[in-house]
Amino acid sequence: MNSERYRLSYANFTVAVLAFFVGACMAVMQALSRADLPLPLRSERIYYLSMTAHGVLMAIVFTTFFIMGLGYVFARTTLGRDTVHERLGWTSFWIAVVGTVLTTGAILSGSSSVLYTFYPPLQAHPTFYIGAALIVIGSWFWCWVMIRAYRLWRRDNAAAAIPLAMHGMLTTVIVWILATVGIAIEVVVMLIPWSLGITSTIDPVLARTFFWWFGHPLVYFWLLPAYAVWYTVLPRIAGGKLFSDRLARMVFVMFILLSTPVGFHHQFADPGIAAGWKLVHTFTTFAILFPSMVTAFTVIASLEVAGRMRGGKGLFKWVGKLPWEDPLVSCVLLAMLTFAVGGWGGSINAAYAMNAMVHNTAWIQGHFHLTVGTAVALTFMGTSYWLLPRMTGRALHFKAAAQVQPFLWVIGMLLFAVVNHITGMMGMPRRVYDFSYAGSDIAARWGEWTTASAVGGVILFVSAMMYVLVVVGTVLWGKKIEAPPIEYAEPLEAGEPVPSVWDRMGMWTVAAAVLVLLAYAYPIWNLLSMERFGSPGFSPF
Amino acid sequence: MRVDFYEKIWMWLAGALIVLFVGAILYTVAVQAVEPPSHIETIDPTTVRADPRFSDPGVTTAADGSQQVVVVSQMFAFLPVEARVTAGVPVTFRLTSADVIHGFQIVGTNANAMVVPGYVSQFTVTFDEPGEYLIVCNEYCGLGHHLMHGRLIVEEAGVSHE
Repeated sequence: MNSERYRLSYANFTVAVLAFFVGACMAVMQALSRADLPLPLRSERIYYLSMTAHGVLMAIVFTTFFIMGLGYVFARTTLGRDTVHERLGWTSFWIAVVGTVLTTGAILSGSSSVLYTFYPPLQAHPTFYIGAALIVIGSWFWCWVMIRAYRLWRRDNAAAAIPLAMHGMLTTVIVWILATVGIAIEVVVMLIPWSLGITSTIDPVLARTFFWWFGHPLVYFWLLPAYAVWYTVLPRIAGGKLFSDRLARMVFVMFILLSTPVGFHHQFADPGIAAGWKLVHTFTTFAILFPSMVTAFTVIASLEVAGRMRGGKGLFKWVGKLPWEDPLVSCVLLAMLTFAVGGWGGSINAAYAMNAMVHNTAWIQGHFHLTVGTAVALTFMGTSYWLLPRMTGRALHFKAAAQVQPFLWVIGMLLFAVVNHITGMMGMPRRVYDFSYAGSDIAARWGEWTTASAVGGVILFVSAMMYVLVVVGTVLWGKKIEAPPIEYAEPLEAGEPVPSVWDRMGMWTVAAAVLVLLAYAYPIWNLLSMERFGSPGFSPF
Repeated sequence: MRVDFYEKIWMWLAGALIVLFVGAILYTVAVQAVEPPSHIETIDPTTVRADPRFSDPGVTTAADGSQQVVVVSQMFAFLPVEARVTAGVPVTFRLTSADVIHGFQIVGTNANAMVVPGYVSQFTVTFDEPGEYLIVCNEYCGLGHHLMHGRLIVEEAGVSHE
């Protein structure tokens, strides 16, 4: 049994799946609330509490722990198991777990219904912020383990190209470190002292600026491991090769550079920040479209190679020849297709004039459920199905459920997301317990649509439970088999991979740090040198 | 770096698309002066109603016909809850919050601002269509967030709004 080899990964994945399960239960409560059903627990207090829990558990806990677990798998299998420092890894895990328990406890107690963005002057209980800080600190230990593993490997492999899966994971680590500087400043320097009463006021625009310094690269922290799976696992499982190893590395490097200096596109409507800086971040945001478009081509081309190697002929028949019955393949293919829709929505969000029409409307939750909620989450589910037999030496239990679940997810998600895009364009706000607005006409028109999104939410919940069932069932009752090997896609081009400028992670990190400074130093200095008046805290929940 | 011929075409197309998007935005900046809202003005959030800028929320009309709407946002209502303005004239909204961050969206228009305590938000809109518009708070501000709304009544020019 491989559990000894993968215990660190196992532990992290366990927390991830547990967080996903609880987060999904929170979500269905909100979906049913949207349908205006008079359920026993339905109240404003529970709604906003569950919304906070859902956001934190899904977008911070599930994702971070899954990515840490995946990082250990990539490091062990591409760089060698001895490079992974066990003690530091467990330190990372337990610090992050303590943080998770603190923050989740604070939320469930009802003292911290500040939503996952926790914008001050809304003030949560101090343990909410302390827990968040610990999750980040725990993840920094993981970053250290990943970088150390790479450097140990590099000592023995001075001239080799970084194995691509690890290249993607290192990119993830670098983006995360650059991002978490921002959230660490907000949480440790501003929020914790303020929530403890050590400082009495806080500047909300400054806080938001640090939050979104973190909040946008956060989405690439989520996305890049998914891309690593699309590039290095999917082509292998589909029976093909990676169309361009070199371009994949270029894509990862572009994300290192561009993930962070874009945050003002989340603050287009904020006062206190000059239009010029919002414009600069608009351009960097549009630039970041490019690596995703390259990814679309490279991954689809890799799949075409696979489809044709499996006998597909003609312009599109190769699509049908792909092994859709393999849950990893179906999850990732559906995730990619959905991401295309979400990505276009993102382009609209990036254009500030159009953004004004959708800012803080239901459109926004439609958008991010397509991207993190499907492109990332569904990929992670597929990755779970791929890893479970390989890590546990057990065949997937309830395999039929694993095959159906991704399709159910996409059906539920399209229903949920498309409807929210529509009602968002009609002006329906996001994050609202009830939207009747004293019987207003426009609100009645939103109501014609929201039942459909609630149905989508219920379908998503069923799919989510199927995923959890497969995971738990496999671990407990899966038929013992010889664990298949963990293998990665080979490049199509003979002689690849070859070390190139795209492997020079140190250089790219420095360049990225310079870009972050250029994007943020002056606007933040500007804010700090204005006469500003801070706000006391409020806890209206 | 050897790149496949078709992928090269794709990358050029992707680049061109991005240049097109950015160019379109630059055009609107340069020619039509369309920019993101970016008013920079601070205020003490603990004494908003005592501040002369916000002691008298409501609509005022200047000699040239343009109007100003001063709004104070607080948990869970806008002050004033209803505003009457005239169609076809520039209307400048000035907003601040007395407590937490609120949103201010005039549903059916692109008037959509963040209202942040300690800061004054300001933007100018011209309403072409008379009618009654719902104003919603679209930034979570507590358990009463979904109850926070107002009304904007846009009257045809020539109608008295004393």
